[in-house]
Amino acid sequence: MAKKRIVTATINGREEEFLCQPRQTLLEILRNTLNLTGAKEGCSNGNCGACSVIIDGRAVNSCMILGVEAEGANIETIEGLAPGDGLDPLQQAFLENAALQCGICTPGYIMSAKAFLDENPNPTEEEIRFSMAGNLCRCTGYDKIVRAIQQAAETRAEQSASCAKETV
Amino acid sequence: MRDFEYEAPTSLADAVGLLAKSKGTARPLAGGTDLIDHVRTGRLVADLIVDLKKIPELMVLELNNAGLRLGAAVPCYKIYEHPGILEQYSAISDSSNIIGGMQVQNRASVGGNLANAGAAADSTPALIALNARVIIAGPSGTREVAVDQFCTGPGQNVLEPGEIIVELQFPPRPAHSGSHYRRFIPRNEMDIAVVGVGASVVLDASGENFVSARIGLGAVAAKPFYAQEASELLAGQPVNDETIQKAAAAARAVVHPITDMRGTQEFRTHVTGVLTERVIKKAVERARG
Repeated sequence: MAKKRIVTATINGREEEFLCQPRQTLLEILRNTLNLTGAKEGCSNGNCGACSVIIDGRAVNSCMILGVEAEGANIETIEGLAPGDGLDPLQQAFLENAALQCGICTPGYIMSAKAFLDENPNPTEEEIRFSMAGNLCRCTGYDKIVRAIQQAAETRAEQSASCAKETV
Repeated sequence: MRDFEYEAPTSLADAVGLLAKSKGTARPLAGGTDLIDHVRTGRLVADLIVDLKKIPELMVLELNNAGLRLGAAVPCYKIYEHPGILEQYSAISDSSNIIGGMQVQNRASVGGNLANAGAAADSTPALIALNARVIIAGPSGTREVAVDQFCTGPGQNVLEPGEIIVELQFPPRPAHSGSHYRRFIPRNEMDIAVVGVGASVVLDASGENFVSARIGLGAVAAKPFYAQEASELLAGQPVNDETIQKAAAAARAVVHPITDMRGTQEFRTHVTGVLTERVIKKAVERARG
């Protein structure tokens, strides 16, 4: 057996150290070592996006990254998304639009959508559908997910507008 | 996943040394979107995985008067987010934007796409159209190969044991040039090319005549290839439907597609012509600015 390595990464804003075999994926480390079970194992080959997390601002499939590759990375998972006392606008919008049924794809969708909206705060429907192509949902038929992301984009815009007012 | 060792060298010499000296099977790792899947499923064996992303030469992305240098491990998103590449080397921007979804594009590299030598690789026809050279490093030094000579068959390439792709180098773009890559897939995205066509054209100052052209075809033979006759037919000819249709017919004439669940031989041959026409026209549109 290859020797375990000590990997240090920032996960949801906290510096974490974990022991990891080279053959373990980041998804396995998140779920089995760090007990962050939000990211799900779907296809394990980069098609479904259920394991999506954000690394250094970019959405990635954590099933296709080795845990040892995460050394020094800044990782965000669904567990770190909600502010202390409420829900993130994306979580709220998924809830209000019933943009989920079984829920397996939802953490991946929300993290992908977050990375996407951070980069493109005011997307068209087509841009949303194109960018979310790496996430599959077998329940909703996608329309509700697209509407939820549109609503979250609006909420985020309102929030940042009112933030801007406050600072003025 | 089966057990393996992992190293992340910070110099090219160390990477080549690790790959060459490994007693078992050593595999280079860039984005991992093919490799990790293949190791997991047992399609590829790895005793040692050598992560190349900490080596500066493999992460280079440099555009200037001498052309474009693209490190072999640079992820796709850095390519399509680069305004200079989008403007001057559009075909490779087009490819990078449709390889997998966002999560794959944030990891996967064009160097890795080329090295895997898939017949339907989306970046390779664009690299052929843009006349890229492949810079290879190995235990006996550095060498260069024209990109259309790199793949030798399905999943096979010219790399010798211990060799890796360091970077792709593209010649500077002449005035009045444009390029495009497009594929046919039955879905809107996240699919494997049924046919893929990359084309680059250089027009004269009037924009009415072809000076030269390069057409790369994918998914219609055992490996992506340069459609030489179709490309040469355009040189010196006026830009019109007749010229472009002749080139498309020449492209159709040199394909050797297979029939599989994605498309029949007949369908792929037909679509080669349709796409070649459309891709040349788009490249012309871009060349005219």
